[in-house]
Amino acid sequence: MQSDSLWIGRPVSRVEDERLIRGQGRFIADMNPVPGIRHAAILRSPHAHAVIRSIDINQALGKRGVVGIFTGEMIARELDPFPVGVSAPIQYYPIARSKVRYVGEPVAVVVAESRYLAEDALSDIIVQYDALPSSMDIETPGTHLDPSVLLHDGVLDNVANHRVFEYGQCGRELQIADVVLTHRFTYPRNTAVPIETYGVIAAYEPGTDYYTVWSNFHGPFTLHSVMAHALKISTHKLRLLSPGDIGGSYGVKSAVYPYAVLMAVVSRLSGCPVKWIEDRLEHMQASSSATARITDVTMGLNSQGKITALKLVQYDDVGAYIRAPEPATLYRTHGNLTGAYDIRNLTVENYAVMTNRVPTGLVRGYGGPQLYFPLERMVDIAARHFGIDPAEMRRRNFIRAGAFPYTTISGGIYDSGNYQAVLDQALETSEYDRFRGQKTAMSSRSIRYGIGMAAVVEPSGSNMGYVSLAFTPDERAKQWPKSGAAAAATVAVDLLGGITVLLDSVPEGQGHETVARQIVADVLTVPMEAVRVIAEMDTATRAWTVSSGSYSSRFASAGSSAIYGAAQKVRDKLLALAAIKLGADVSTLRLREGWIWHDHRKTVWSLKRLAGLIHWNPEELPEGIGAGVYESCYFTLPNVAAPSTDDRINSSAVYGFLVDIVKLAVDIETGHIQLLDYTTVHDAGKLLNPLLAQGQIHGGMAFGIGSALYEEMVYDERGQLLTGSLMDYLVPTAGEMPEHLNLGHHSTPTDSTPLGAKGLGEGNVMAAGAAIANALADALGVEVFNLPLTPQMVFHLVHPPHEKEVDPK
Amino acid sequence: MNKWMHDELAVVTMTVNGHVYRRAIEPRLLLSDFLRDELGLTGTHVGCEQGLCGACTVLIDGAAARSCLNLAVSLNGKDITTIEGIRKRPQFPAIAQSLSRHHGVQCGFCTPGIVASMISEEEATQEEMDDLLAGHLCRCTGYVGIREAWKDLIQKKAGE
Repeated sequence: MQSDSLWIGRPVSRVEDERLIRGQGRFIADMNPVPGIRHAAILRSPHAHAVIRSIDINQALGKRGVVGIFTGEMIARELDPFPVGVSAPIQYYPIARSKVRYVGEPVAVVVAESRYLAEDALSDIIVQYDALPSSMDIETPGTHLDPSVLLHDGVLDNVANHRVFEYGQCGRELQIADVVLTHRFTYPRNTAVPIETYGVIAAYEPGTDYYTVWSNFHGPFTLHSVMAHALKISTHKLRLLSPGDIGGSYGVKSAVYPYAVLMAVVSRLSGCPVKWIEDRLEHMQASSSATARITDVTMGLNSQGKITALKLVQYDDVGAYIRAPEPATLYRTHGNLTGAYDIRNLTVENYAVMTNRVPTGLVRGYGGPQLYFPLERMVDIAARHFGIDPAEMRRRNFIRAGAFPYTTISGGIYDSGNYQAVLDQALETSEYDRFRGQKTAMSSRSIRYGIGMAAVVEPSGSNMGYVSLAFTPDERAKQWPKSGAAAAATVAVDLLGGITVLLDSVPEGQGHETVARQIVADVLTVPMEAVRVIAEMDTATRAWTVSSGSYSSRFASAGSSAIYGAAQKVRDKLLALAAIKLGADVSTLRLREGWIWHDHRKTVWSLKRLAGLIHWNPEELPEGIGAGVYESCYFTLPNVAAPSTDDRINSSAVYGFLVDIVKLAVDIETGHIQLLDYTTVHDAGKLLNPLLAQGQIHGGMAFGIGSALYEEMVYDERGQLLTGSLMDYLVPTAGEMPEHLNLGHHSTPTDSTPLGAKGLGEGNVMAAGAAIANALADALGVEVFNLPLTPQMVFHLVHPPHEKEVDPK
Repeated sequence: MNKWMHDELAVVTMTVNGHVYRRAIEPRLLLSDFLRDELGLTGTHVGCEQGLCGACTVLIDGAAARSCLNLAVSLNGKDITTIEGIRKRPQFPAIAQSLSRHHGVQCGFCTPGIVASMISEEEATQEEMDDLLAGHLCRCTGYVGIREAWKDLIQKKAGE
């Protein structure tokens, strides 16, 4: 990296803000990119599990303004099922064919002159269902379920994926361990709740068979090929565009893709462009959610409290279909299953189980909270068993600072870190010892105080290969190997030196335009105002690749590296031309304030003049300098190979680290938890923009606090969603955020990325549930095995329901 | 189903951002849809249509209100200000600068509604500010930057 960077690393305010604050952002609902758009509304299943006996659309077709009505059968026969990431025979279409499998599943689509009129017609479609019993449990493997609750033909016990991984000698080590602890933990089903819902505009072009689809999809663009496959077209016929402004996602909008395909087909069948904007109830019922997970953890320790073996049995609730990229929640953390600890014996058994709930997908943290809630709780339980402080327990088991790069037993390569130093800083910042000493004395009759922590290795820059761990090595051997964590970017300089940057990262609020400006302005030594960044995505015109998009905290590691690389290519081309013009060796030239300097002297050549020469007078360009200044860089992070034949994988390119420490007060009479303060110390390598890093951390904390205390998608036993509005599904408001948030950084350098940066937007979501539960357990002296910690849940922890009375028989 | 809902139009006259509009609309049309679809004022964002998220907040006769909970037809003779009008007010640049300086904006979807609340209660105390802010959901920022920005404005006003 250039030593004289002016902008990288500085807390620069965002270029995106002006238009957004003025209400001039352009979101999907604001767009009417083609004339003649009609509006779609979707009829959805009121049943969690039922056979569709008949659908009568005749009366609805006669309603005012109706252009067309299309049933699942009419739509699905135009499609192939979406490819799924497992070998189980699951046919997933964007709309139900003959059977519905979750409440809210699309059944028919109305296209009309307006959304109001389309919704009017929905109520005149008559569907007859034969209800089936619902399957809501995820501990079904081996229970031989009644055929009526099987979701898909040929899938035994509703298990979509089952794999067992053995690393080291876990079974033997558990037998000889001094202490073996076993507990079961439940992580709830929660979701992301972006304030902007899904939206799609699809236009089919008769004659060419081209589909153009605008949506707030943000990748991963692997799914482009999944969509094209379903549409039965070659990939170049599907052009996906995303607006430059997306109203939040936190992962969940990656699952807008089935709706993109649905509207694409509906556009073809109805003969007009079609726009569909999801409403909030549709979003809560039928968009996507995180997986719920039951984890059975067995931990073996020696007499010194050193963890010698770890066994995880993970049951994920993936909902009614296993929708790509699932079962990736189970595999995203595969290389870091042992967390921050030096554990050399590991057994993992994974089940992806289908239930009559909405299919799952990416939600901020993706696999992280599901892993770290049980793991970090177990470390605290072990500390209590040994009578040592939870901080000391972690210190005894941490990977040593001198051990990096460290290869985990499951194949993760932790590039850098100093876990002890981060922990120490967090303990000091939170005044941990002082609070521990005072908390008992502070307690009153009804108020108890507790302090808890979580230590989290935060993966960023996902290896595209990890998803294929769902297949056995034999199955994988028959497929093309998949690997890598690549990104692309383009930097162009026009005739008069204007600089434009094109991204493939599809941001939803993270500020990528600002960071791209910082990077390109630094490399080309121009003011940031001289650089314009285009975040709109267009698969027909952008440089992009299979892993493009915004997910797995990949911008800081992969995305920014591609921008840096493209800017360097532009700089190098201009310098090479200047060297020829000046008759100087290129190594003696450098760019400074937009001018070429030769041996500490400013020359007559500026960036603008060099670009002008290339554009206006290409006839006179010397040999080796091509016309145009338009450079794309495809950057791929190192060390992200396909899974090995013994099932090891470096599932992410780089690994940050954080320690969260939470202090809380709990009212044992009402069950109310008040967070007193929240400390987090991150090691994310170099911060590209500390202001934006802070925003990501604050946002992650709020997200984590919501999932720890409030958020759960509650279904009844028949599969009805009880939390379909923001009145029932509680996300934190300003009043729920702790008054005191303490942020710290302890950066260890990494050379895994050119700019030395790692992701940091998801770590607090991974840590908060465990840290808050640990603090609650500390306050109450009772172990905590479930989230969210609602007042009701806390009350039951304090006042356990009486044991069921024994049947007198 | 009531027939009038579909066929009969009602005439409504209202002032929006200083311009007087007279339109024949369906009585069931929400103010949020009227502003966005009839007038093309897309700075008003719709997040839930249940009055819970606050993204669609506009000013009705100067007071902050949810545009998704109002029927346009019920606002005959009223004076509406959306973000497109708010941004022309003299107080707006200070609000925008404060939000940006304190990183109170990420995706920006909830922002115009929050700005409407901020400008409607210029004399708010810090406590009132927390109450008002609780009426807006933001999933990006953890509210930290927004709170700081608003607090800063209140303190500057107090110092004047």
